[in-house]
Amino acid sequence: MASLTVIRPGMLSTVQDLGRWGLQGSGVPVAGPMDPYSHRLANRVAGNDDDAAALEITLIGPELQADSDVVCAVAGAQFAITVDNVPAPMYAAFVLPAGARLRFGNRPVGARATLAVQGGLDVEAPFGSRATSLISGIGPFGGRPLMAGDVLPVGQPRPARGWTRSASRSGPIPLAVPRGGTRLRVIRGPHELMFTAGAYETLFESRYVVTASSNRMGYRLDGPPLEHAGVADILSDATPIGSIQVPGSGRPILLMADRQTTGGYPRIATVITADIPLAGQLAPGDWIAFSPCGRAAAIEALAAQRARLEGHPR
Amino acid sequence: MFRFEILPAGDSALHVQLPPRIDPLQNAWCIALARSIDQSLGRSVRDVVVGYCTVTAYFDPLFIDAVWLEHQIREIAMAIDDVEDREGGLIEVPVCYGGEFGPDLEDVARFGGRPEEDVIAIHSGTLYRVYLIGFVPGFAYLAEVDRRIAAPRRPSPRAAVPPGSVAIAGAQTGVYPSATPGGWNIIGRTPIRPYDPSRREPFLFKPGDRVRFSSITAGEFANAS
Repeated sequence: MASLTVIRPGMLSTVQDLGRWGLQGSGVPVAGPMDPYSHRLANRVAGNDDDAAALEITLIGPELQADSDVVCAVAGAQFAITVDNVPAPMYAAFVLPAGARLRFGNRPVGARATLAVQGGLDVEAPFGSRATSLISGIGPFGGRPLMAGDVLPVGQPRPARGWTRSASRSGPIPLAVPRGGTRLRVIRGPHELMFTAGAYETLFESRYVVTASSNRMGYRLDGPPLEHAGVADILSDATPIGSIQVPGSGRPILLMADRQTTGGYPRIATVITADIPLAGQLAPGDWIAFSPCGRAAAIEALAAQRARLEGHPR
Repeated sequence: MFRFEILPAGDSALHVQLPPRIDPLQNAWCIALARSIDQSLGRSVRDVVVGYCTVTAYFDPLFIDAVWLEHQIREIAMAIDDVEDREGGLIEVPVCYGGEFGPDLEDVARFGGRPEEDVIAIHSGTLYRVYLIGFVPGFAYLAEVDRRIAAPRRPSPRAAVPPGSVAIAGAQTGVYPSATPGGWNIIGRTPIRPYDPSRREPFLFKPGDRVRFSSITAGEFANAS
């Protein structure tokens, strides 16, 4: 079986698939990619199903060596990628030859990239998923980030099917990775009545900044505090990705992929699914402006995004 | 039948909300609703999470219409008969209270204005109910803690709480399954592991279970660890 050996792990490289669903009721986080669009795109370019396990790379990329020829594809943050010092493309499949080294260099834009390999990363799948949850220590490699010397087995390419995807007009369209900040659309609630009308005005008219106290669990945001109508505690309940929870300080926290399954702070709004990939490309120091969105518009945006993934923009 | 409303929690989750209070019957109804949703709509819903007085159903909005799902959940909820709160097992949790295992026992005693032995007697003399599992794998939110020892969360959380720590935060008590940050008052430690991936059943607690704590000595703790 082919494999990749980690020479240098980079800042924070974790194996992810589309998440460990079905066990949140036992307190097991979903985890999965911070930028699910680029995860799907990299897998499609590599010839995999969207859910195949791939490597999520954060800010400073790794150096990897193949022990036999491996087909690779990278999407997301714009890293300067080289194979034995020769530049390699993003958003296009390339071969990492046996013995060659894949390096991730400068990263002018974005925070996270996905490296997919044809056949997927064939690591262990505790509770049925290869997603790494750092907060709970569940996933391949004991739920920890990769370290130098780790060996990533590469699975068999999926068998050719009796049909092929309809040829796309333009090929898959990369995420417009934000530079320095982004607007995120949100649906109000679920705890709308626990905030003042002024809190929503503040939320929609201010810019917030991702602080250094941010990670795969969530982003602590700096900016004007959001006012509670009453108490700042709720009886604990489930916390979807994109939830904006507001503790007593009034400083919002945006919950991301490796969030805990339940929380005890009121949630003023929830980022729409279509904008989670943009949020996943933010780094400390980047700004966020929130704007209101309805449920129908949110689903329309998600459908349009999936069409871009298919290479059929509407 | 309880009063409930169904609210969107973003575009990919629906949130069934009951009046916000710690109520065994309401929570038992939520557990029954979550089970019915799982059984009837398991193919449409990819996760169901019980809260104190909520049930949250996660779905893929590209395949499932939120309005249809809300209607289905409402129908299922209306069909749940009066529930009784008598499900679940009884789990005994031995605790070595105080000393190095319970650095906040003194603070909890001071909160109630009574000696540490009283805190131990009250904490271990109450039968608790598991309302939900959350936060981290296997963490059970237990209630209701006697008012005399219901000390609020600490002003600043500890960076790392040792696994097995038994703690109080207001009306809630619980056992930390793994080393995590934590803001609850730590009054003791148990050798029991709420989450153990090597066990046939990795999760010790489930919503609706009853839990009773009992006091053990440091020697008994060492033997059981």
